[in-house]
Amino acid sequence: MGVKKEGTYFMGGNIACAEGAIMAGCSFFAGYPITPATEILERIANRFPELHGSYLQMEDELASMASIIGASWGGRKAMTATSGPGFSLMMENYGLALMTETPCVIVNVMRGGPSTGLPTMVAQGDVMQTRWGTHGDVGVIVLSPASPQEMFDLTIEAFNLSEKYRLPVILLSDEMVSHMTEKVVIPKKEDITIINRKKPECTPEEYLPYCPDEDLVPPMACVGEGYSIHVTGLTHDERGYPSIDEKVQNMLVTRLLDKVRNNAHDIIRYQEHMVEDADIIILAYGSASRSAREAVDMARKKGIKAGLIRPITIWPFPEDRISELAERAQAFVVAEINFGQMVYEVERCCRGCCPTYLIPRMGGSIHTPEEILDRIEKISKGGGQ
Amino acid sequence: MSIRQSRNWFSPDYMVHKKTRKSGYGLHPLDDYLKKDRIPHIWCPGCGLGVVLSAYIRALKASGIPQDKTALVSGIGCTGRAAGYVNMDSFHMTHGRAIPFATGLKIGNPDVVTTVFSGDGDLFSIGGNHFIHAARRNVDFNVICVNNFNYGMTGGQAAPTTPMEVRTSTTPYGGFEQPFNLPSVAAGAGAVYVARWTTYHVEQLTKGIEEALHKDGFCFIEVLSPCPTGYGRKAGQKAGKDTMLYYRDKSRIEHGANPNDVSLDDKDEIIVGKFVDRHAPTFQEKRREVFQKARDMMGVK
Repeated sequence: MGVKKEGTYFMGGNIACAEGAIMAGCSFFAGYPITPATEILERIANRFPELHGSYLQMEDELASMASIIGASWGGRKAMTATSGPGFSLMMENYGLALMTETPCVIVNVMRGGPSTGLPTMVAQGDVMQTRWGTHGDVGVIVLSPASPQEMFDLTIEAFNLSEKYRLPVILLSDEMVSHMTEKVVIPKKEDITIINRKKPECTPEEYLPYCPDEDLVPPMACVGEGYSIHVTGLTHDERGYPSIDEKVQNMLVTRLLDKVRNNAHDIIRYQEHMVEDADIIILAYGSASRSAREAVDMARKKGIKAGLIRPITIWPFPEDRISELAERAQAFVVAEINFGQMVYEVERCCRGCCPTYLIPRMGGSIHTPEEILDRIEKISKGGGQ
Repeated sequence: MSIRQSRNWFSPDYMVHKKTRKSGYGLHPLDDYLKKDRIPHIWCPGCGLGVVLSAYIRALKASGIPQDKTALVSGIGCTGRAAGYVNMDSFHMTHGRAIPFATGLKIGNPDVVTTVFSGDGDLFSIGGNHFIHAARRNVDFNVICVNNFNYGMTGGQAAPTTPMEVRTSTTPYGGFEQPFNLPSVAAGAGAVYVARWTTYHVEQLTKGIEEALHKDGFCFIEVLSPCPTGYGRKAGQKAGKDTMLYYRDKSRIEHGANPNDVSLDDKDEIIVGKFVDRHAPTFQEKRREVFQKARDMMGVK
């Protein structure tokens, strides 16, 4: 069992995710079986004994999420993986991790919803849930892989971002990407950048657990390190003490939002395909982006100037780039496997500069390239609706 | 100038800090175990939480476990606030999730002696599922459940421990649900140490907590505690003292009693004592064994 060294493999998306986590230094995993994410748990359960890692199958997803937060404060890199129904349960402690600035990684392999929905089939209906699913104002980082290779790469990236900015990072996969088997290149360990959380350099007497540095991220002391930390989900001041003061709420929540907003230039990643001269720009992510790319190539062959932008970080959303492109594009087309979620974000960023069209899909399957091409052709002839 | 240097203190709590200095902070031998700038606490006059927290602190001091190798984890509620007052690594988690958090924390750093300190509503209503599973796994940490028979912080609502026919703000005509017998739940789920004391039994409670701190595995101690504000007023115990006298008069110590026979249904008797103290391999021990076998099979170290 096992991929231990660099090389080229024929690998499933979920397996690549587990291998990426191991490569990133994940040594604590808690999960609950759920289709279509279970292979991640299984792979970790298989691999952790030899790596001296801790794998726990918890009683539910509430517990999975709570225990990875605990493990993170125990000094570990921790992860959990789930799908829609479990992800809904995790929203409670996702908020706790954001509030307490706990680095950890949550993989959500999207399946058809709402509720139990289509357990074995693809959808992209959780996009807004990752942004607004937990109560209160939050700044979040969500990554969207589109291939097994990216399941590997972005899992490492998710750990790095979570450690760097001290927050839970979501890897938002979908059933299609997770169950797809493709070529995955695992690089040499020394060629992979691994980021670890900042530790305090001052004495325990001087240490303020929630006093940030310039990058708005406070250094993190963990349990048993002698810093006598207090961690609470209540609004807290720089000492970590609960407070019921409006000023403290303002300072804390503003910083939590700014931590992501002000560092967006460092966080945001997207991939473009022939957008430079494109009249019609398609925005798609995850498995839908694979059909969209094919559709763009087909449109080009027919002489239509189409292009593709694929956000890799869904949140923070690459809004500046979309606004820039909207000024010279004729139309934006969003292809997503839901009934319209990210399209509203694109519409907002276009600021009325160009029309925005949606190619929805209810879930269960991905768009065909022909279906996207058909819509591109109609729009190019002036009739998109 | 860095943000750290330029930042002004902004918390109004600093006012409280000055006040506590004047009121004689530092005179008590256990003050080192409290975060001085967090005192005074929020608990009502007559509440039993201070008694339980000081029993924990005394036990910790007696155990000889270094303060920086201990952690206190709590959920939400009046009892949940205890984590905010102790001078050690402490975690105030979401409602009901103290136990799964502590599971991750303990497994994440096994050197830290971890105790969950929370209330009956938090641990057995919203957190009930986590409790039974942690006991079943026999993860090596202690749970101190302060049972005041109601939801105190939200103003005295019925809890899964509220006795039948007692009036609370959500059972205005009297409760009609069978309450949990907590030691029985804990023992049935697999806890290796189960005890019940009241805030009247300070010495026994302190000794019990000390035993639990030294014992490997999932240890559970229920502490019956007065809540004059939320519960006592409607249950005929208007002051904390009334409840303490009730505990004095009605309690009977019976070590080794069958946990199934110690329910609080009988209002004339409260059976307290150490009910279970057995050995079973902990989650960590068992896992180490299985993983070692797996590694031997794979031929890796």
